[in-house]
Amino acid sequence: MSAIEITGVSKVYAGGVRAVSDVNLSIADGEFIVLVGPSGCGKSTLLRMIAGLETITSGTVSIGSRVVNEVDPAARNIAMVFQNYALYPHMSVYDNLAYGLRNRGVPKADIDARVAEAARMLEIEPFLQRKPKQLSGGQRQRVAMGRAIVRKPDAFLFDEPLSNLDAKLRVSMRGEIRQLQRRLGVTSVYVTHDQLEAMTLADRIVVLNGGRIEQVGRPLDVYHNPASTFVASFIGSPAMNLADAEVTNGLVAIGGQVVASGVSGVKDGQVIVGLRAEDIQPAAPGTGVPFAVRYIEELGALRLVHGSVEGRHLTMALSPDLPLADEIKVAVAADRLHFFEDGSGRRMTR
Amino acid sequence: MIDRHPWLDALAHAVLIAGILIVAFPVYVAVIASTHGPNDFMSGLVPLLPGSDAIANYSSMLTDGLSSSGAPPLGGMLWNSLVMALSIAFGKIAISILSAYAIVYFRFPFRAVAFWMIFVTLMLPVEVRIVPTFKVVADLGLLDSYAGLTIPLIASATATFLFRQFFLTVPEELMEAARIDGAGPLKFFRDILLPLSRTNIAALFVILFIYGWNQYLWPMMITTTSSHYTIVMGIKRMSDVADALPQWNVVMTTVVLAMLPPVIVVVGMQRLFVKGLIETEK
Ligand SMILES: Nc1ncnc2c1ncn2[C@@H]1O[C@H](COP(=O)(O)OP(=O)(O)OP(=O)(O)O)[C@@H](O)[C@H]1O
Ligand SMILES: [Mg+2]
Repeated sequence: MSAIEITGVSKVYAGGVRAVSDVNLSIADGEFIVLVGPSGCGKSTLLRMIAGLETITSGTVSIGSRVVNEVDPAARNIAMVFQNYALYPHMSVYDNLAYGLRNRGVPKADIDARVAEAARMLEIEPFLQRKPKQLSGGQRQRVAMGRAIVRKPDAFLFDEPLSNLDAKLRVSMRGEIRQLQRRLGVTSVYVTHDQLEAMTLADRIVVLNGGRIEQVGRPLDVYHNPASTFVASFIGSPAMNLADAEVTNGLVAIGGQVVASGVSGVKDGQVIVGLRAEDIQPAAPGTGVPFAVRYIEELGALRLVHGSVEGRHLTMALSPDLPLADEIKVAVAADRLHFFEDGSGRRMTR
Repeated sequence: MIDRHPWLDALAHAVLIAGILIVAFPVYVAVIASTHGPNDFMSGLVPLLPGSDAIANYSSMLTDGLSSSGAPPLGGMLWNSLVMALSIAFGKIAISILSAYAIVYFRFPFRAVAFWMIFVTLMLPVEVRIVPTFKVVADLGLLDSYAGLTIPLIASATATFLFRQFFLTVPEELMEAARIDGAGPLKFFRDILLPLSRTNIAALFVILFIYGWNQYLWPMMITTTSSHYTIVMGIKRMSDVADALPQWNVVMTTVVLAMLPPVIVVVGMQRLFVKGLIETEK
């Protein structure tokens, strides 16, 4: 078990694609880090540089205080779980788990014990003699986890390990991965493009955008204090509402319509205002801003109401038992608003 | 088939049966002919029922050969053919799987050039380059040797391609997982790629064994002593006698014996062979 230190790491692929730019990240021993971001933002590239499967163009990666830039993947003592599991198709589950240990010269009795322990932990004991082909997707996923566990690595690296599973299995495997990681206390780096997976698994989330770190923080910090409009629109479902707004003397106006007052700490001028769907609520009778309803999505426990204020598309989350009309009046709590700079999209300190 | 009509089924079966008859009839004639005495062919009619000389024909061909047409005993020729076919099959497989491995998994200078050079040799089978190849083999002193018989036929672009195509379908993550598991290039090849190629190797082996077994022109060129004759050459020599009628009964005996090893290989490897052609283990 080890800390991972990433210092000024960049990756430029042959052909000039700049996949990762100047990433700095300290991962504590035993921490569960989730790299999240849209497709092509460089998550896998960063992970593969930690694994040693991709060369590092500049900067350093160290695992447990040893710089590993030039160290072979096998010698980094990490274990990786791939999206397609990458199980050896011609080997039994037992051999899949044992292969890495045999290559390291672990004694036979030791291998037996370690495989048995991992198999028990993951409940794959009945399948040990089967080939991967004879397993379901979820079972293969467990075998891939098992192959990582038996190695007793310094770090687990996951590259979208759940994205080939159906939605229900994904949720339960997510829970299991989290518990397993807690139990073993192994430093983990987990790549996903699913913000919900990131929120539920991570000790800290790293949001990547175009090869750069946009924000690092605990899931709720990132959710409540997104550092930019990019993070705001990426983390949370439904995505945070963002609209151009004008601030004058503590009054916030969207398209000339004042939606909140008494806002302090924000300079007058043009801004981007962000509001979570759950922070827009029906107004008390006789007050509020007109909200034109366009369409409704029923989620069961919640009802997402899509509509507009002064032509700006907004979504609000309402309890399903509130009555609805075509046009309703809504109110926004001033202290729930997020403000971002108009040009850069960076969060404004309040 | 989308529709199933009884008469369509019947037609399909009729075509299949006709096809089998067309293939099987000459084989039947050869087997029958090998059981007759030398004079049963004088009439110009090919006998269609078994004769009584089977044992005599087979034992004399295996032990004495047919000296009148310069054919040594069949045992030696069968052995030569076997050595040749096996060397060619194993040699081609070994060389082509290694070249394919290099081309697919390693980045080295002039990789594309190497690939295209292999590709170009597809256009140069033995028949095309036979004179220069003969010269090279003769200069190396390899006439009348197993090495001369097999080495010029071993390089194989086709097999290299087949393995390359197969390797390209093996997910890259498998190699990466093996790297993380501490397997170097040779270990990855031996422990993972080779077992995965098992059925492809078997299918290729069958095809290449028959290719090697059936070689005719090349062995003719480079063997001058009967100790290195192959069985296919032997058949030709016996049926091509000057100043006499070919002894069809013993020619057919030789043909039947020459057919046996490829049949044994095909039958023995049938299951793997079919698997290799229709599915991959991934
Ligand atoms: N081998 C390569 N050669 C050149 N460019 C590459 C290579 N691999 C990835 N890239 C590029 O680098 C960028 C980052 O790719 P990467 O695979 O890290 O994205 P990702 O965040 O993992 O995306 P996804 O969620 O789709 O897996 C992309 O623009 C991609 O096109
Ligand atoms: Mg990826």
